[in-house]
Amino acid sequence: MKTINLERQTVRELNQALHDQAIECTEREWEVLDPKGQHNIACGLDQNISVDIKGHAGYYCAGMNKKAHITVHGNVGQGVAENMMSGMVRVKGDASQAAGATAHGGLLVIEGNAGARCGISMKGADIVVKGDIGHMSCFMGQAGALVVCGNAGDALGDSLYETHIYVKGTVKSLGADCIAKEMRDEHIDELTALLNRAGVDEDPSAFTRYGSARQLYNFKVDNASAY
Amino acid sequence: MCGIVGLYLKNPALESQIGELFTPMLIAMTDRGPDSAGFAIYGDEVADDWIKLTLRHPEKNYDWKALAEKIQDELDIGVEWFQNAKVAVFKLHTTDAIAEAYLAENACDVLILSAGQSIEILKEVGLPAQIAETFNLRGMKGSHIIGHTRMATESAVTMEGSHPFSTGMDLCLVHNGSLSNHNRLREELKREGVKFETDNDSEVAAGYLTYRLQQGDTLTEALEYALKDLDGFFTFTIGTRDGFAVVRDPIACKPAVMAETDDYVAMASEYQALTTLPGIENARVWEPEPSTIYIWERSSDDKRG
Repeated sequence: MKTINLERQTVRELNQALHDQAIECTEREWEVLDPKGQHNIACGLDQNISVDIKGHAGYYCAGMNKKAHITVHGNVGQGVAENMMSGMVRVKGDASQAAGATAHGGLLVIEGNAGARCGISMKGADIVVKGDIGHMSCFMGQAGALVVCGNAGDALGDSLYETHIYVKGTVKSLGADCIAKEMRDEHIDELTALLNRAGVDEDPSAFTRYGSARQLYNFKVDNASAY
Repeated sequence: MCGIVGLYLKNPALESQIGELFTPMLIAMTDRGPDSAGFAIYGDEVADDWIKLTLRHPEKNYDWKALAEKIQDELDIGVEWFQNAKVAVFKLHTTDAIAEAYLAENACDVLILSAGQSIEILKEVGLPAQIAETFNLRGMKGSHIIGHTRMATESAVTMEGSHPFSTGMDLCLVHNGSLSNHNRLREELKREGVKFETDNDSEVAAGYLTYRLQQGDTLTEALEYALKDLDGFFTFTIGTRDGFAVVRDPIACKPAVMAETDDYVAMASEYQALTTLPGIENARVWEPEPSTIYIWERSSDDKRG
Protein backbone atom coordinates (compact mmCIF):
# COMPACT_ATOMS: atom_id res chain seq x y z
CA MET A 1 0.00 0.00 0.00
CA LYS A 2 1.26 3.47 -0.85
CA THR A 3 0.63 6.32 1.60
CA ILE A 4 0.59 9.99 0.69
CA ASN A 5 0.42 12.58 3.43
CA LEU A 6 -1.14 15.83 2.24
CA GLU A 7 0.67 17.80 4.91
CA ARG A 8 3.90 16.93 3.10
CA GLN A 9 2.75 16.64 -0.51
CA THR A 10 0.35 18.72 -2.57
CA VAL A 11 -3.01 17.58 -3.92
CA ARG A 12 -1.59 18.08 -7.40
CA GLU A 13 1.24 15.64 -6.66
CA LEU A 14 -1.23 13.14 -5.23
CA ASN A 15 -3.52 13.37 -8.23
CA GLN A 16 -0.62 13.08 -10.67
CA ALA A 17 0.60 9.95 -8.89
CA LEU A 18 -2.93 8.49 -9.10
CA HIS A 19 -3.31 9.47 -12.76
CA ASP A 20 0.01 7.79 -13.58
CA GLN A 21 -1.63 4.52 -12.52
CA ALA A 22 -3.88 4.76 -15.59
CA ILE A 23 -0.87 4.19 -17.83
CA GLU A 24 0.75 1.46 -15.80
CA CYS A 25 -0.76 0.18 -12.58
CA THR A 26 2.05 -0.36 -10.09
CA GLU A 27 0.07 -0.02 -6.87
CA ARG A 28 -3.53 -1.12 -6.23
CA GLU A 29 -3.97 0.31 -2.73
CA TRP A 30 -3.52 3.92 -1.77
CA GLU A 31 -3.97 5.79 1.48
CA VAL A 32 -4.23 9.56 1.80
CA LEU A 33 -3.52 11.12 5.20
CA ASP A 34 -4.29 14.59 6.59
CA PRO A 35 -6.62 15.77 3.81
CA LYS A 36 -7.78 18.64 6.08
CA GLY A 37 -10.66 19.67 3.89
CA GLN A 38 -8.56 20.32 0.79
CA HIS A 39 -10.37 20.46 -2.55
CA ASN A 40 -10.08 18.20 -5.60
CA ILE A 41 -8.62 15.18 -3.81
CA ALA A 42 -8.47 12.03 -5.99
CA CYS A 43 -10.12 13.58 -9.02
CA GLY A 44 -10.09 12.14 -12.51
CA LEU A 45 -8.88 8.65 -11.63
CA ASP A 46 -8.97 6.06 -14.40
CA GLN A 47 -7.71 2.79 -12.99
CA ASN A 48 -8.96 -0.11 -10.93
CA ILE A 49 -7.33 1.02 -7.68
CA SER A 50 -8.61 1.67 -4.17
CA VAL A 51 -7.99 4.95 -2.36
CA ASP A 52 -8.70 5.50 1.33
CA ILE A 53 -8.85 9.15 2.39
CA LYS A 54 -8.40 9.37 6.16
CA GLY A 55 -10.17 12.53 7.24
CA HIS A 56 -12.48 15.24 5.90
CA ALA A 57 -12.17 16.24 2.23
CA GLY A 58 -13.19 19.50 0.55
CA TYR A 59 -14.95 20.21 -2.73
CA TYR A 60 -15.16 17.88 -5.75
CA CYS A 61 -13.52 14.94 -4.03
CA ALA A 62 -13.40 11.89 -6.33
CA GLY A 63 -14.84 13.94 -9.18
CA MET A 64 -14.94 12.37 -12.65
CA ASN A 65 -14.02 9.01 -11.17
CA LYS A 66 -13.60 6.04 -13.51
CA LYS A 67 -13.06 2.46 -12.23
CA ALA A 68 -11.46 3.43 -8.89
CA HIS A 69 -12.92 2.64 -5.45
CA ILE A 70 -12.54 5.67 -3.22
CA THR A 71 -13.52 5.78 0.47
CA VAL A 72 -13.55 8.99 2.48
CA HIS A 73 -13.27 8.34 6.21
CA GLY A 74 -14.89 11.65 7.10
CA ASN A 75 -17.11 14.35 5.58
CA VAL A 76 -16.86 15.79 2.09
CA GLY A 77 -17.60 19.26 0.72
CA GLN A 78 -19.74 20.00 -2.28
CA GLY A 79 -19.67 18.02 -5.51
CA VAL A 80 -18.34 14.68 -4.28
CA ALA A 81 -18.10 12.20 -7.18
CA GLU A 82 -19.46 14.79 -9.59
CA ASN A 83 -19.61 13.44 -13.10
CA MET A 84 -18.46 9.99 -11.98
CA MET A 85 -18.33 7.53 -14.88
CA SER A 86 -17.82 4.20 -13.07
CA GLY A 87 -16.28 2.69 -9.95
CA MET A 88 -17.42 3.41 -6.42
CA VAL A 89 -17.18 6.29 -3.97
CA ARG A 90 -18.09 5.80 -0.31
CA VAL A 91 -18.34 8.65 2.19
CA LYS A 92 -18.33 7.54 5.82
CA GLY A 93 -19.56 10.92 7.07
CA ASP A 94 -21.79 13.63 5.62
CA ALA A 95 -21.67 15.15 2.15
CA SER A 96 -22.33 18.79 1.29
CA GLN A 97 -24.46 19.94 -1.63
CA ALA A 98 -24.48 18.53 -5.17
CA ALA A 99 -23.19 15.07 -4.25
CA GLY A 100 -22.97 12.93 -7.39
CA ALA A 101 -23.98 15.82 -9.64
CA THR A 102 -24.28 14.80 -13.30
CA ALA A 103 -22.74 11.38 -12.56
CA HIS A 104 -23.05 8.95 -15.47
CA GLY A 105 -22.24 5.67 -13.79
CA GLY A 106 -20.78 3.90 -10.77
CA LEU A 107 -22.08 3.84 -7.21
CA LEU A 108 -21.92 6.65 -4.65
CA VAL A 109 -22.68 5.68 -1.05
CA ILE A 110 -23.06 8.34 1.63
CA GLU A 111 -23.27 6.83 5.10
CA GLY A 112 -24.27 10.11 6.76
CA ASN A 113 -26.52 12.84 5.39
CA ALA A 114 -26.26 14.60 2.05
CA GLY A 115 -26.98 18.32 1.60
CA ALA A 116 -29.01 20.13 -1.03
CA ARG A 117 -29.13 19.11 -4.69
CA CYS A 118 -27.92 15.55 -4.12
CA GLY A 119 -27.86 13.77 -7.50
CA ILE A 120 -28.69 16.92 -9.45
CA SER A 121 -28.89 16.09 -13.16
CA MET A 122 -27.63 12.57 -12.53
CA LYS A 123 -27.27 10.63 -15.75
CA GLY A 124 -27.00 6.99 -14.84
CA ALA A 125 -25.07 6.63 -11.58
CA ASP A 126 -26.61 5.03 -8.51
CA ILE A 127 -26.58 6.94 -5.24
CA VAL A 128 -27.42 5.43 -1.84
CA VAL A 129 -27.71 7.76 1.16
CA LYS A 130 -28.12 6.20 4.60
CA GLY A 131 -29.25 9.49 6.17
CA ASP A 132 -31.28 12.43 4.89
CA ILE A 133 -30.92 14.51 1.74
CA GLY A 134 -31.46 18.26 1.30
CA HIS A 135 -33.72 20.32 -0.92
CA MET A 136 -33.84 20.17 -4.73
CA SER A 137 -32.30 16.72 -4.80
CA CYS A 138 -32.35 14.82 -8.08
CA PHE A 139 -33.35 17.98 -9.95
CA MET A 140 -33.56 17.01 -13.64
CA GLY A 141 -32.35 13.51 -12.81
CA GLN A 142 -32.13 11.64 -16.11
CA ALA A 143 -31.14 8.06 -15.34
CA GLY A 144 -29.85 5.80 -12.57
CA ALA A 145 -31.30 5.48 -9.08
CA LEU A 146 -31.28 7.56 -5.91
CA VAL A 147 -31.95 5.68 -2.66
CA VAL A 148 -32.59 7.61 0.55
CA CYS A 149 -32.92 5.70 3.81
CA GLY A 150 -33.79 8.86 5.79
CA ASN A 151 -35.91 11.84 4.78
CA ALA A 152 -35.84 14.07 1.71
CA GLY A 153 -36.04 17.87 1.73
CA ASP A 154 -38.14 20.21 -0.39
CA ALA A 155 -38.78 19.84 -4.12
CA LEU A 156 -37.52 16.29 -4.52
CA GLY A 157 -37.13 15.26 -8.15
CA ASP A 158 -38.13 18.57 -9.68
CA SER A 159 -38.32 18.37 -13.48
CA LEU A 160 -37.38 14.71 -13.25
CA TYR A 161 -36.68 12.55 -16.28
CA GLU A 162 -36.14 8.85 -15.68
CA THR A 163 -34.08 8.50 -12.48
CA HIS A 164 -35.73 6.07 -10.06
CA ILE A 165 -36.01 7.58 -6.58
CA TYR A 166 -36.63 5.45 -3.48
CA VAL A 167 -37.20 7.14 -0.12
CA LYS A 168 -37.82 5.32 3.15
CA GLY A 169 -38.64 8.36 5.31
CA THR A 170 -40.71 11.43 4.65
CA VAL A 171 -40.49 13.77 1.68
CA LYS A 172 -40.94 17.40 2.66
CA SER A 173 -42.31 18.25 -0.77
CA LEU A 174 -42.16 16.92 -4.30
CA GLY A 175 -40.85 19.06 -7.12
CA ALA A 176 -42.73 19.77 -10.35
CA ASP A 177 -43.65 16.62 -12.27
CA CYS A 178 -42.38 14.22 -9.58
CA ILE A 179 -44.96 11.78 -8.19
CA ALA A 180 -45.12 8.74 -5.91
CA LYS A 181 -45.40 5.53 -7.90
CA GLU A 182 -46.27 1.91 -7.31
CA MET A 183 -43.46 -0.41 -6.13
CA ARG A 184 -43.58 -3.36 -8.50
CA ASP A 185 -41.45 -6.50 -8.22
CA GLU A 186 -38.84 -5.14 -10.59
CA HIS A 187 -38.40 -2.11 -8.33
CA ILE A 188 -38.08 -4.25 -5.20
CA ASP A 189 -35.42 -6.22 -7.08
CA GLU A 190 -33.57 -3.11 -8.18
CA LEU A 191 -33.68 -1.61 -4.67
CA THR A 192 -32.62 -4.88 -3.01
CA ALA A 193 -29.62 -5.09 -5.30
CA LEU A 194 -28.67 -1.46 -4.66
CA LEU A 195 -28.93 -1.84 -0.87
CA ASN A 196 -26.81 -4.98 -1.06
CA ARG A 197 -24.16 -3.31 -3.20
CA ALA A 198 -24.07 -0.37 -0.79
CA GLY A 199 -23.92 -2.67 2.24
CA VAL A 200 -26.97 -1.06 3.81
CA ASP A 201 -29.31 -3.18 5.89
CA GLU A 202 -32.81 -1.87 5.16
CA ASP A 203 -36.11 -3.51 4.24
CA PRO A 204 -36.86 -2.65 0.58
CA SER A 205 -40.60 -2.91 1.13
CA ALA A 206 -40.44 0.04 3.56
CA PHE A 207 -39.51 2.43 0.72
CA THR A 208 -41.71 4.51 -1.54
CA ARG A 209 -40.81 4.93 -5.17
CA TYR A 210 -40.95 8.34 -6.84
CA GLY A 211 -40.64 9.04 -10.53
CA SER A 212 -41.53 11.37 -13.34
CA ALA A 213 -45.16 12.03 -14.20
CA ARG A 214 -43.80 12.75 -17.70
CA GLN A 215 -45.99 15.84 -18.05
CA LEU A 216 -43.09 18.20 -18.76
CA TYR A 217 -41.52 16.18 -21.53
CA ASN A 218 -43.17 18.15 -24.27
CA PHE A 219 -44.23 21.74 -24.44
CA LYS A 220 -47.98 22.11 -24.18
CA VAL A 221 -49.31 24.60 -26.62
CA ASP A 222 -52.07 25.51 -24.15
CA ASN A 223 -49.36 27.10 -22.01
CA ALA A 224 -48.05 29.36 -24.74
CA SER A 225 -49.87 32.37 -23.32
CA ALA A 226 -47.92 32.02 -20.08
CA TYR A 227 -44.71 33.15 -21.77
CA MET B 1 -16.97 34.59 -3.71
CA CYS B 2 -15.95 35.59 -0.21
CA GLY B 3 -14.90 33.79 2.95
CA ILE B 4 -16.50 33.99 6.37
CA VAL B 5 -15.09 32.77 9.65
CA GLY B 6 -16.41 33.02 13.19
CA LEU B 7 -15.29 31.74 16.56
CA TYR B 8 -17.30 31.88 19.75
CA LEU B 9 -15.61 30.62 22.90
CA LYS B 10 -17.67 28.64 25.37
CA ASN B 11 -14.62 28.14 27.56
CA PRO B 12 -13.49 31.51 29.01
CA ALA B 13 -10.02 30.05 29.66
CA LEU B 14 -9.38 30.32 25.91
CA GLU B 15 -10.18 34.05 25.70
CA SER B 16 -6.52 35.06 25.93
CA GLN B 17 -5.82 32.90 22.85
CA ILE B 18 -8.66 33.98 20.58
CA GLY B 19 -6.39 35.95 18.24
CA GLU B 20 -3.97 33.04 18.02
CA LEU B 21 -6.82 30.60 17.24
CA PHE B 22 -8.56 32.90 14.78
CA THR B 23 -5.63 34.16 12.67
CA PRO B 24 -5.09 30.88 10.76
CA MET B 25 -8.87 30.62 10.21
CA LEU B 26 -8.93 34.01 8.51
CA ILE B 27 -5.80 33.31 6.46
CA ALA B 28 -7.18 29.92 5.36
CA MET B 29 -9.95 31.79 3.53
CA THR B 30 -7.51 33.80 1.38
CA ASP B 31 -8.43 31.78 -1.73
CA ARG B 32 -12.05 32.85 -1.31
CA GLY B 33 -11.24 36.50 -0.65
CA PRO B 34 -7.84 37.94 -1.43
CA ASP B 35 -8.72 41.63 -1.95
CA SER B 36 -9.68 42.81 1.53
CA ALA B 37 -10.24 41.40 4.97
CA GLY B 38 -11.63 42.47 8.29
CA PHE B 39 -12.87 41.22 11.61
CA ALA B 40 -15.02 42.24 14.56
CA ILE B 41 -13.70 41.22 17.93
CA TYR B 42 -15.72 41.33 21.14
CA GLY B 43 -14.21 41.74 24.59
CA ASP B 44 -12.63 44.37 26.85
CA GLU B 45 -16.13 45.67 27.66
CA VAL B 46 -16.66 49.19 28.90
CA ALA B 47 -19.14 50.03 31.66
CA ASP B 48 -22.76 50.67 30.66
CA ASP B 49 -22.40 54.45 31.01
CA TRP B 50 -19.39 54.40 28.66
CA ILE B 51 -19.27 53.89 24.91
CA LYS B 52 -16.54 52.25 22.86
CA LEU B 53 -16.02 53.46 19.29
CA THR B 54 -13.66 52.12 16.64
CA LEU B 55 -12.56 55.12 14.59
CA ARG B 56 -10.56 55.29 11.40
CA HIS B 57 -8.74 58.06 9.64
CA PRO B 58 -7.12 57.61 6.21
CA GLU B 59 -3.89 59.20 7.47
CA LYS B 60 -1.70 56.84 9.46
CA ASN B 61 -0.20 59.80 11.34
CA TYR B 62 -3.52 61.34 12.27
CA ASP B 63 -3.24 63.03 15.66
CA TRP B 64 -5.56 60.84 17.76
CA LYS B 65 -4.08 62.28 20.96
CA ALA B 66 -5.19 65.76 19.99
CA LEU B 67 -8.69 64.46 19.21
CA ALA B 68 -8.85 62.65 22.57
CA GLU B 69 -7.77 65.78 24.45
CA LYS B 70 -10.24 67.94 22.54
CA ILE B 71 -13.12 65.58 23.38
CA GLN B 72 -12.03 65.46 27.03
CA ASP B 73 -11.92 69.27 27.29
CA GLU B 74 -14.96 70.18 25.27
CA LEU B 75 -17.33 67.45 26.47
CA ASP B 76 -15.78 67.29 29.93
CA ILE B 77 -15.89 63.50 30.03
CA GLY B 78 -13.49 60.62 30.73
CA VAL B 79 -11.62 59.46 27.58
CA GLU B 80 -9.42 56.40 27.14
CA TRP B 81 -7.97 55.47 23.79
CA PHE B 82 -5.36 53.45 21.92
CA GLN B 83 -4.23 53.38 18.31
CA ASN B 84 -3.91 50.30 16.10
CA ALA B 85 -2.60 51.13 12.59
CA LYS B 86 -5.07 53.55 10.93
CA VAL B 87 -7.69 52.75 13.52
CA ALA B 88 -8.13 54.01 17.06
CA VAL B 89 -10.39 52.63 19.77
CA PHE B 90 -11.95 55.40 21.86
CA LYS B 91 -13.70 54.68 25.15
CA LEU B 92 -15.82 57.63 26.16
CA HIS B 93 -17.80 58.28 29.34
CA THR B 94 -20.89 59.42 27.48
CA THR B 95 -23.68 58.14 25.26
CA ASP B 96 -23.32 56.96 21.69
CA ALA B 97 -25.59 59.75 20.40
CA ILE B 98 -23.50 62.51 22.03
CA ALA B 99 -20.21 60.94 20.92
CA GLU B 100 -21.30 60.44 17.31
CA ALA B 101 -22.84 63.92 17.07
CA TYR B 102 -19.64 65.44 18.44
CA LEU B 103 -17.46 63.56 15.94
CA ALA B 104 -19.72 64.46 13.02
CA GLU B 105 -19.41 68.12 13.99
CA ASN B 106 -15.73 68.26 14.96
CA ALA B 107 -13.94 65.44 13.16
CA CYS B 108 -15.98 64.79 10.04
CA ASP B 109 -13.09 63.02 8.26
CA VAL B 110 -13.02 60.38 11.01
CA LEU B 111 -15.08 57.31 10.08
CA ILE B 112 -16.86 55.40 12.82
CA LEU B 113 -16.41 51.68 12.09
CA SER B 114 -18.24 50.39 15.16
CA ALA B 115 -19.99 51.48 18.33
CA GLY B 116 -20.96 49.59 21.42
CA GLN B 117 -19.79 48.30 24.78
CA SER B 118 -17.66 45.47 23.44
CA ILE B 119 -17.22 45.46 19.65
CA GLU B 120 -14.15 46.61 17.71
CA ILE B 121 -14.21 46.41 13.89
CA LEU B 122 -10.89 46.39 12.04
CA LYS B 123 -10.68 46.07 8.26
CA GLU B 124 -8.46 47.08 5.36
CA VAL B 125 -7.79 46.36 1.70
CA GLY B 126 -5.12 43.67 1.21
CA LEU B 127 -4.40 40.01 1.78
CA PRO B 128 -5.83 38.51 4.97
CA ALA B 129 -2.33 37.65 6.23
CA GLN B 130 -1.25 41.29 5.81
CA ILE B 131 -4.32 42.57 7.61
CA ALA B 132 -3.86 40.13 10.49
CA GLU B 133 -0.27 41.37 10.74
CA THR B 134 -1.20 45.07 10.47
CA PHE B 135 -3.57 44.86 13.42
CA ASN B 136 -1.58 42.24 15.38
CA LEU B 137 -4.61 39.94 15.36
CA ARG B 138 -2.61 37.09 16.93
CA GLY B 139 -2.14 39.05 20.14
CA MET B 140 -5.81 39.89 20.64
CA LYS B 141 -8.01 38.70 23.48
CA GLY B 142 -11.76 38.42 23.46
CA SER B 143 -14.84 36.26 23.87
CA HIS B 144 -15.84 35.94 20.22
CA ILE B 145 -14.82 37.16 16.82
CA ILE B 146 -16.13 37.08 13.26
CA GLY B 147 -14.13 37.79 10.14
CA HIS B 148 -14.43 38.12 6.39
CA THR B 149 -12.16 37.81 3.39
CA ARG B 150 -13.51 39.60 0.34
CA MET B 151 -13.50 38.90 -3.37
CA ALA B 152 -15.50 41.87 -4.59
CA THR B 153 -18.18 41.20 -7.20
CA GLU B 154 -20.75 43.96 -6.73
CA SER B 155 -18.77 47.10 -5.90
CA ALA B 156 -15.30 48.61 -5.65
CA VAL B 157 -12.40 47.23 -3.62
CA THR B 158 -12.16 49.83 -0.88
CA MET B 159 -11.81 49.81 2.90
CA GLU B 160 -15.37 51.15 3.14
CA GLY B 161 -16.67 48.28 0.99
CA SER B 162 -14.96 45.60 3.05
CA HIS B 163 -16.62 43.68 5.86
CA PRO B 164 -17.70 43.56 8.68
CA PHE B 165 -20.34 46.28 8.48
CA SER B 166 -21.66 47.80 11.69
CA THR B 167 -25.43 47.31 12.04
CA GLY B 168 -25.98 49.06 15.34
CA MET B 169 -24.69 48.94 18.88
CA ASP B 170 -22.36 45.95 19.27
CA LEU B 171 -23.78 44.44 16.08
CA CYS B 172 -22.09 43.75 12.78
CA LEU B 173 -22.60 41.70 9.66
CA VAL B 174 -20.42 39.77 7.24
CA HIS B 175 -21.83 38.44 3.98
CA ASN B 176 -20.89 35.85 1.39
CA GLY B 177 -23.07 36.11 -1.68
CA SER B 178 -24.69 38.81 -3.73
CA LEU B 179 -27.99 40.61 -3.36
CA SER B 180 -30.06 41.39 -6.43
CA ASN B 181 -32.51 43.93 -4.97
CA HIS B 182 -29.99 46.10 -3.13
CA ASN B 183 -30.44 49.23 -5.25
CA ARG B 184 -34.16 49.53 -4.67
CA LEU B 185 -33.84 48.53 -1.02
CA ARG B 186 -31.07 51.11 -0.47
CA GLU B 187 -33.37 53.86 -1.80
CA GLU B 188 -36.19 52.71 0.46
CA LEU B 189 -33.91 52.60 3.49
CA LYS B 190 -32.47 56.04 2.67
CA ARG B 191 -36.00 57.43 2.83
CA GLU B 192 -36.24 55.92 6.31
CA GLY B 193 -33.06 57.77 7.32
CA VAL B 194 -30.50 54.96 7.06
CA LYS B 195 -27.12 56.28 5.86
CA PHE B 196 -24.87 54.47 3.38
CA GLU B 197 -21.17 55.00 2.64
CA THR B 198 -20.84 52.86 -0.50
CA ASP B 199 -22.67 51.16 -3.41
CA ASN B 200 -21.99 47.83 -1.75
CA ASP B 201 -24.83 45.27 -1.63
CA SER B 202 -23.75 43.87 1.75
CA GLU B 203 -23.90 47.32 3.30
CA VAL B 204 -27.59 47.36 2.31
CA ALA B 205 -28.13 44.12 4.23
CA ALA B 206 -26.39 45.73 7.21
CA GLY B 207 -28.48 48.88 6.83
CA TYR B 208 -31.61 46.76 6.56
CA LEU B 209 -30.86 44.99 9.85
CA THR B 210 -30.02 48.32 11.50
CA TYR B 211 -33.39 49.63 10.38
CA ARG B 212 -35.35 46.57 11.54
CA LEU B 213 -33.64 46.62 14.94
CA GLN B 214 -34.44 50.33 15.26
CA GLN B 215 -38.10 49.41 14.69
CA GLY B 216 -37.88 47.31 17.84
CA ASP B 217 -37.36 43.87 16.30
CA THR B 218 -35.33 41.30 18.17
CA LEU B 219 -32.36 39.97 16.20
CA THR B 220 -34.34 36.81 15.36
CA GLU B 221 -37.30 38.87 14.11
CA ALA B 222 -35.01 41.13 12.06
CA LEU B 223 -33.42 38.09 10.43
CA GLU B 224 -36.83 36.56 9.71
CA TYR B 225 -37.79 39.76 7.90
CA ALA B 226 -34.43 39.70 6.09
CA LEU B 227 -35.23 36.24 4.73
CA LYS B 228 -38.41 37.70 3.23
CA ASP B 229 -37.11 41.06 1.99
CA LEU B 230 -33.58 40.34 0.77
CA ASP B 231 -33.47 38.83 -2.70
CA GLY B 232 -30.27 37.09 -3.68
CA PHE B 233 -27.68 34.74 -2.35
CA PHE B 234 -26.36 35.00 1.14
CA THR B 235 -24.71 33.35 4.02
CA PHE B 236 -24.67 35.95 6.81
CA THR B 237 -22.85 35.84 10.08
CA ILE B 238 -23.97 38.47 12.54
CA GLY B 239 -21.87 39.38 15.56
CA THR B 240 -23.76 40.36 18.70
CA ARG B 241 -22.52 41.54 22.09
CA ASP B 242 -22.96 38.04 23.54
CA GLY B 243 -22.32 35.76 20.59
CA PHE B 244 -23.10 35.33 16.94
CA ALA B 245 -25.84 34.29 14.55
CA VAL B 246 -25.71 32.47 11.21
CA VAL B 247 -28.38 32.47 8.51
CA ARG B 248 -28.42 31.24 4.92
CA ASP B 249 -30.88 32.09 2.15
CA PRO B 250 -33.48 29.49 1.08
CA ILE B 251 -31.40 28.30 -1.89
CA ALA B 252 -28.29 27.95 0.30
CA CYS B 253 -25.75 27.75 -2.50
CA LYS B 254 -23.27 29.85 -0.54
CA PRO B 255 -21.40 27.48 1.73
CA ALA B 256 -21.24 27.35 5.51
CA VAL B 257 -19.96 24.76 7.91
CA MET B 258 -20.20 24.74 11.69
CA ALA B 259 -18.17 22.92 14.30
CA GLU B 260 -18.89 22.62 18.00
CA THR B 261 -16.92 21.22 20.93
CA ASP B 262 -17.19 21.80 24.68
CA ASP B 263 -14.80 24.73 24.21
CA TYR B 264 -16.17 26.61 21.21
CA VAL B 265 -18.60 27.04 18.35
CA ALA B 266 -16.86 27.84 15.08
CA MET B 267 -18.23 28.76 11.69
CA ALA B 268 -16.51 29.00 8.31
CA SER B 269 -17.28 29.04 4.61
CA GLU B 270 -15.15 25.94 4.20
CA TYR B 271 -13.99 23.21 6.55
CA GLN B 272 -10.37 24.03 5.63
CA ALA B 273 -10.60 27.10 7.86
CA LEU B 274 -11.45 25.00 10.90
CA THR B 275 -8.64 22.44 10.71
CA THR B 276 -6.27 24.35 13.01
CA LEU B 277 -8.75 24.51 15.91
CA PRO B 278 -7.95 22.34 18.93
CA GLY B 279 -10.03 19.16 19.12
CA ILE B 280 -11.54 19.66 15.64
CA GLU B 281 -11.02 15.94 14.86
CA ASN B 282 -13.71 15.09 17.40
CA ALA B 283 -15.91 18.15 16.97
CA ARG B 284 -19.51 17.88 15.83
CA VAL B 285 -19.34 19.23 12.27
CA TRP B 286 -22.45 20.11 10.26
CA GLU B 287 -23.89 22.47 7.70
CA PRO B 288 -26.48 25.04 8.77
CA GLU B 289 -29.85 24.48 7.08
CA PRO B 290 -31.28 26.99 4.60
CA SER B 291 -33.70 29.66 5.91
CA THR B 292 -32.85 28.73 9.48
CA ILE B 293 -31.65 31.21 12.07
CA TYR B 294 -28.93 29.91 14.36
CA ILE B 295 -27.92 31.98 17.37
CA TRP B 296 -25.28 31.22 19.94
CA GLU B 297 -25.12 33.56 22.88
CA ARG B 298 -23.41 33.50 26.21
CA SER B 299 -26.73 33.71 28.05
CA SER B 300 -28.72 31.12 26.15
CA ASP B 301 -26.45 28.87 24.05
CA ASP B 302 -29.31 27.88 21.82
CA LYS B 303 -30.40 27.36 18.27
CA ARG B 304 -33.61 28.82 16.99
CA GLY B 305 -34.97 27.87 13.64
